[in-house]
Amino acid sequence: MERIRGAANDIASLIFAQNAVRIDKVPALHNMRAVSDPAPLRRTPLHAVHVEMGARMVPFAGWDMPVQYTGIVDEHKAVRQSVGVFDISHMGQFIVSGPGAEAFLNRVLTNNITKLQPGQGQYTLLLNGLGGVIDDLIAYRTSEREFYLVVNASRIDADWAHLETQLNKDDQVMMANASDFTAGLAIQGPKAREVAAAVFGNGTSFPEHNTILVTMTDNGPMWLCGTGYTGEEGFEFFMPMESAEGWFRKIVDAVKAAGGMPCGLGARDTLRLEMGYPLNGNDLSEGRTPLQAGLGFFVDLDKGDFTGREALVAQKAAGLPDKLAAFRMTGAAPPPRPHYPVAFDGLIIGEVCSGTQSPSLGAGIGMAYVPLSAATIGSTLEIEIRGRRFPAEVVKKPFYRKPAV
Amino acid sequence: MSNVPEQLRYRDSHEWIDPTQSPSPAGITDHAQAELTDVVFVDPPKVGTQVSAGQQVCVIESVKAASDIYAPVAGEIVAINEALTGDPGLLNRDPYSGGWIFKINPSNPAEFEALMDAAAYGKHIA
Repeated sequence: MERIRGAANDIASLIFAQNAVRIDKVPALHNMRAVSDPAPLRRTPLHAVHVEMGARMVPFAGWDMPVQYTGIVDEHKAVRQSVGVFDISHMGQFIVSGPGAEAFLNRVLTNNITKLQPGQGQYTLLLNGLGGVIDDLIAYRTSEREFYLVVNASRIDADWAHLETQLNKDDQVMMANASDFTAGLAIQGPKAREVAAAVFGNGTSFPEHNTILVTMTDNGPMWLCGTGYTGEEGFEFFMPMESAEGWFRKIVDAVKAAGGMPCGLGARDTLRLEMGYPLNGNDLSEGRTPLQAGLGFFVDLDKGDFTGREALVAQKAAGLPDKLAAFRMTGAAPPPRPHYPVAFDGLIIGEVCSGTQSPSLGAGIGMAYVPLSAATIGSTLEIEIRGRRFPAEVVKKPFYRKPAV
Repeated sequence: MSNVPEQLRYRDSHEWIDPTQSPSPAGITDHAQAELTDVVFVDPPKVGTQVSAGQQVCVIESVKAASDIYAPVAGEIVAINEALTGDPGLLNRDPYSGGWIFKINPSNPAEFEALMDAAAYGKHIA
């Protein structure tokens, strides 16, 4: 899903893509390898179960992941209307602890981590020295001296390497990369609470938004995080890999009983884009700052120094060169897709970062970096699709708002 | 199991054409629509276009991706299915009848022989 190419594929290649390793989807980290020797795709502990459940598997961020079970639109609607469960075992988890953990993380992350009480979490960004986005992540404080970071699959190695370079000998910080031992499931939708009660028992408390519950079980720790990537109520559930299949089967049963279904990365992408949430690699990169991406709310320039701060202050003073704008196709048009050219006032000014057909709105939606003059709400862009230009309007995020109940 | 009607002829890239009608309607197979799911846009060819067999003639878009559609035989495009503009989901619901994409006036009917029959296509997708 990450980089659907601008040009169309024939149906045959789409149908058989599940068995092929697509060189263009191998993450940047592995680009040093010879093209004839792509990195083998990794499998989550649920791979065989996905196949058994009829999922279509595709390469994503170096992993062989389910893109859909029955269909993207059905799965999307299940999450909006009842509940869905996603395998997110590809995501990374770092545990950062020690007397210096808080100060260290506040020095490398953009949000103010000192605001977190134990049990709370926040969306935050990891920047390079030029203010470019290495990764966006969620940081939870699990105790006074311990933090649990959930990072993007495609950036695990880059994040880890960067954190190591930022660590000083006398920081009194211990970092552990739990990514290779941790499986994850996201349970998302208005009936996520019902599923949690059915699976964990009514006595278990539900992780409210931006909180984390850590529970010790016979199979090791479980992390229940009140978050998601869909705009719906829900939680992400991380656990030791060995216990993933049992939990997944139990949760799929509970999800189906609640009227939902297992969901693939296809629906995860349309759901997050309807909310205007960025995807690292599409909408975020080391070449642009969180201010350009419209994520200034998660950057605390007043908390003290952090990596990239100086560059952000300078950019703020000089004015942003461009900005991530949300657009919606205004007439009948093919869905906008990543890398399609974007025009303003007749001139090509950029390309689509994320784009799809919104199942909730029945219209094409997307995001693109455009000059500030083109980024005003209501201004008209044109998306070039196979040589033809189709009009789009710059709109406010999120694209989709829940109907009032 | 996918529906593979007996009277149609098939390309390995999952288009069908009906040689028993003139002009011949063409579209994508039940198997193809099931793989694509959720067709949301059809970019049809222009009426009057002369095409050769195997030429890319139109694009259909699902939520997931854009897919090229190829002409099963050479000839002139003489009609397109206007109903697909307002209701591209017809391709999913009724791929062999209401979901036809274009009609072609074949310039060389012998080309039908080069296409797969239902049995061969059934094997192709098995």
